Amino acid sequence: MRHHLMNIYRLGIKELWSLRRDPMMIFLIVWTFTAAIYMAATTMPETLHNAPIAIVDEDASALSARIASAFYPPRFTQPARLILNEVDPGLDAGRYTFVLDIPPNFQRDVLAGRSPRIQLNVDATRMSQAFSGNAYVQQIVMGEVNEFVQRYRGSTVPPVDLALRARFNPALEQSWFGGLMEVVNNVTMLSIILTGAALIREREHGTVEHLLVMPVTPTEIMFAKVWACGLVVLVAATLSLNLVIRGALHVPIEGSVLLFLAGTALHLFATTSMGIFMATLARSMPQFGLLLMLTLMPLQILSGSLTPRESMPELVQNLMLLAPTTHYTELSQAILYRGAGLDLVWKPFAYLLVIGAVLFSLSLARFRKAIGQMA
Amino acid sequence: MTSAAPVVRLAGVHLRYGRTAALDGVTVDVPAGCMVGLIGPDGVGKSSLLALVAGARAVQQGQVEALGGDMGSKRHRDLVCPRIAYMPQGLGKNLYPTLSVEENLQFFARLFGHGTAERRRRIDALTRSTGLFPFLDRPSGKLSGGMKQKLGLCCALIHDPDLLILDEPTTGVDPLARVQFWDLIGRIRRSRPGMSVIVATAYMDEAQRFDWLVAMDDGRVLATGTPQELMAHAGAATLEAAFIALLPEEKRRGHAAVEIPPLEDSGGADIAIEARGLTMRFGDFVAVDHVDFRIRRGEIFGFLGSNGCGKSTTMKMLTGLLAATEGDAWLFGKPVDPKDMATRRRVGYMSQAFSLYGELSVRQNLVLHARLFHVPEPEVPARVDEMVRRFGLADVLDTLPESLPLGMRQRLSLAVAMVHKPELLILDEPTSGVDPIARDNFWRLMIELARRDKVTIFISTHFMNEAARCDRMSMMHAGRVLDSDTPAALIARRGKATLEDAFIDYLIEADGAGGVVAEERTAPAENRVTPHTKPTRGRRFHQSLGRIYSYVWRESLELQRDPVRATMALVGSLLLMFVMGFGISMDVENLRFAVLDRDQTPLSRNYALNLAGSRYFSERPPLADYAELDRRMRSGELSLALEIPPGFARDVARGGAVQIGAWIDGAMPQRAETVSGYVQGMHQLWLLEQVRERGGRMRLGAAAIETRYRYNPDVKSLPAMVPAVIPLLLLMLPAMLTALAVVREKELGSIINLYVTPITRIEFLLGKQAPYVALAMLNFLLMCLLAVIVFDVPVTGSFPTLLAGAFLFSLSATGMGLLASTVTRSQIAAMFLAMLGTLLPAIQFAGLINPVSSLEGGGRLLGEIYPASHMFMISRGVFSKALGFADLHSAFWPLLIAVPVILGAAVLLLKKQEA
Repeated sequence: MRHHLMNIYRLGIKELWSLRRDPMMIFLIVWTFTAAIYMAATTMPETLHNAPIAIVDEDASALSARIASAFYPPRFTQPARLILNEVDPGLDAGRYTFVLDIPPNFQRDVLAGRSPRIQLNVDATRMSQAFSGNAYVQQIVMGEVNEFVQRYRGSTVPPVDLALRARFNPALEQSWFGGLMEVVNNVTMLSIILTGAALIREREHGTVEHLLVMPVTPTEIMFAKVWACGLVVLVAATLSLNLVIRGALHVPIEGSVLLFLAGTALHLFATTSMGIFMATLARSMPQFGLLLMLTLMPLQILSGSLTPRESMPELVQNLMLLAPTTHYTELSQAILYRGAGLDLVWKPFAYLLVIGAVLFSLSLARFRKAIGQMA
Repeated sequence: MTSAAPVVRLAGVHLRYGRTAALDGVTVDVPAGCMVGLIGPDGVGKSSLLALVAGARAVQQGQVEALGGDMGSKRHRDLVCPRIAYMPQGLGKNLYPTLSVEENLQFFARLFGHGTAERRRRIDALTRSTGLFPFLDRPSGKLSGGMKQKLGLCCALIHDPDLLILDEPTTGVDPLARVQFWDLIGRIRRSRPGMSVIVATAYMDEAQRFDWLVAMDDGRVLATGTPQELMAHAGAATLEAAFIALLPEEKRRGHAAVEIPPLEDSGGADIAIEARGLTMRFGDFVAVDHVDFRIRRGEIFGFLGSNGCGKSTTMKMLTGLLAATEGDAWLFGKPVDPKDMATRRRVGYMSQAFSLYGELSVRQNLVLHARLFHVPEPEVPARVDEMVRRFGLADVLDTLPESLPLGMRQRLSLAVAMVHKPELLILDEPTSGVDPIARDNFWRLMIELARRDKVTIFISTHFMNEAARCDRMSMMHAGRVLDSDTPAALIARRGKATLEDAFIDYLIEADGAGGVVAEERTAPAENRVTPHTKPTRGRRFHQSLGRIYSYVWRESLELQRDPVRATMALVGSLLLMFVMGFGISMDVENLRFAVLDRDQTPLSRNYALNLAGSRYFSERPPLADYAELDRRMRSGELSLALEIPPGFARDVARGGAVQIGAWIDGAMPQRAETVSGYVQGMHQLWLLEQVRERGGRMRLGAAAIETRYRYNPDVKSLPAMVPAVIPLLLLMLPAMLTALAVVREKELGSIINLYVTPITRIEFLLGKQAPYVALAMLNFLLMCLLAVIVFDVPVTGSFPTLLAGAFLFSLSATGMGLLASTVTRSQIAAMFLAMLGTLLPAIQFAGLINPVSSLEGGGRLLGEIYPASHMFMISRGVFSKALGFADLHSAFWPLLIAVPVILGAAVLLLKKQEA
């Protein structure tokens, strides 16, 4: 037993040395846990920036001029003036996302209290812009109209008030979400790449064969890679959480970082095993790269770290229960954003443990079988 | 040899790779019409010289002339290229391993423009004369080393060259195959006396039979002349000795012939290794066939045989790396058992390829191995020191092995294999690629280990003179041991003068009559296409199409046989479309909410029902108190919690101020915003309902805004996403696959066929591109089908317009892949570049999220010219906006212009020679 542990320890140290001498990998680790996080947090697509808008002013009144002048950069472009039959070609060509049509006699009808209608055409093929922009346009137009009519801003208090409060992220800051989820996704990506590349490198250099004639077992070799690569990612994630997320981005972390790291360790157990498995399937680095594309994208996009799981089809949701990323995303969101304790997130922990154990044994079986052919 | 003009002339040729000089002022005239040998160990510049002569590598400095013209001039290269045949170093390096013998030959024959009947005739004639005819259907990757070289030769001879350039054609090939190979060359030369042959070789015995030799070392020519002249000049009996004598003084210092003290007979009963009936099968292929041998303790036992004859496999079975299919083996009297760690500690192993950790320093490698072999910790430093002293590694202790010369690395490998003081060393071709002096030094170390330390050494080799140094040896061929004894006894048994002749004799006996190539008419010289007549324009065009077709055909075959790439090409885009379609949805449905109802009246329940009734919300069991609310929100179960205050119904009835509390889970801000929008909307609706029910009148606003969501009236994600995802995938994957297709050839070495065959750059690129355009179009149709059937996104406009757009777009997408491939060397880099280069601008600047018209400056300009911008427009126009060609023609022009621009750039950047 002592021999086994010593071998695992020494082989793991060797992995760390190899990694230290691989500038590309070091760069990848540093990049994914610093700049990539920072960029993901700060450049989350602003839903409305320079949204192209055009106005058809059939009224040519003081009010319509007032409305037109209420749209300006950076939210909107300077509105283009169109005549009615330019609207459809403009929208068809995708030149404008919004076209506001102010009908003739609009000002007169407003003042007469006839509640005239303004038509807002939205190019709904541009989902995000159309969706959030619509509310802004309505708000701006109504604001101008009301002010014009009543000479004051505001609206009457409705009889039943709805007091809306956002918990855990009161100002709904995108960067809180983008930054942390990038950490979560990069943990998955990097752990698979590191372990997979470590194995493929040994195979390409013929050192696997060398290891196998020594008094070490395949189980020891695999455990060594799992712990070494897992540790690197865990340390990088910890540093990134403290220096980039808390330090540079000033994102508050609600829950226990320690609990999150425990969850990460469990997740790494599963993903590093996966890396080994994929490296036994691929015959070379390029094949591994292609395999990675085919597996990593679904694992990340469908895990709930990008869009909520509820909006995916039932079948996809159930299938994704088999993926470690789903549970890891769930526990990270619960712990980091909502401050959940183990009493609330024991379920994803349990899932991860089971998935990790299954993946590890599958990989080990596959590794034992494949390693003979690698040598 | 008296022919007037030399076939090749080099004057003052220098060639550098980065900082190392491969050729350092070579001046030599190679006589025409004879067999010329280039001799010298690995890495002295032989291959570089040949590549220059063949036109595969660009001339840097000096004058290189071949077949009477300057190889620095493109005109001359194009002119003489069909008259030169070049076979690069490495077994089957310019062949395509997944293609069969027939397919390889067909490919090369097509490149040189032979017609169908002519191809058949030539292929049959060549394969009959080389004995490859029965193996026409076998993939070239599965041929033995000798057969690969024969196939390489067939491919080179398919166009009747006047100058045949062979770079180490027989390295690692068994002696019989070598003899056959040279016989073949001899016959071909007899039938085409005008042909000149230049051969590089590391085997001195082989070179002895050539007409004229160039001895090289360190990028310089040491001497030229006939073998007899060289030996006479050096005053040596063999060419190898002559070569060593020709080396500069400092290299020769300390060199003396290896002497082997005789083995003291220790009784003979003590057996280190024994194998009985050892057999290894891979599928139907028998790699090792009932091998028996016994190796006594302290003996140097050699395994002599060609590459792929089963030497390495046998050794791997003995080390436990491979489990034998049949038979038994014993190490030190114990059966070989991969789980037996104790026996492993008594064995040291050094594999064929240099296999130490390149990232660890020399010292770290030694220490790591000592520890993994469980050398007691206190002894480790002393043991490492001992190895360092013994194997002369003191000066390089802290350097990385990769920066060491080959001979030094070999010593390090041996030191590593010895660090745990094994009683048995298994060395698998430890000296391949090392120059003769380093090889002798290595042998001295081994002899010392065997005689002084009584280490049993089991070594495999394909060098005759090394086998001759062993105490006893086995000759191996095609998985079988032909005979085992002392080298002298083996020679005596066959009544031959040398070990090589004895081995050949054994091989002939083993292969029987069938293996020996039948002497038959060779020369495929009749009716030869004369490449020198000037072809008409029509014929030239026809030939050009033929060459493009031959690349298309080959690329398609290779793709079919590579499961990972084929999967990626066929289902990659579908899988990703599924994932994106389902994953990147902005619709939020079935949001889980619960109510903390402190009122418990019909009205308060009505409020909750109002929410639960919509498709956006689904209600969970009600909340009892704040603690539960907190807990269930923290766990992520609830995205929304509502609190209805006590007296809610009463206060509403009275018209007093009532406030409903709503908490939204803000963890996912985008979802939270949607939820907030929905809740507010539903709240307003509920209010309106209440007002109406109570007969109240709504006060009209000053004005109303009527929103018309064009093209996607339900504002659903999928109809908006799908028309954007299709062009995105149509861009990224074809670009990546095309880039890989070209860079793969660079990595595997078959790019050499671009350098030395008549194919032009544009033909090469078009040939590479065409299969991927076809695949892209297939994928495009599948994606459209998926969109319509699974995602329920209808095509509202003109499909032919979309199809035409997609075709133009996939031409530029694959073109971008070609462009990426011209500037990258490794497949990983090509993948990265193709992905970044396509995805980033497509997402940022091509109007995927924000329209191009809202961009400014450089981004705007890029967006205007980037093909993806226009494809997005066509795709959205046809899918969602019900448009046809008349409305979209302005988007076609930029696509049409982009295709030749991108392809032209790729052609300009692609090199027809290695730089």
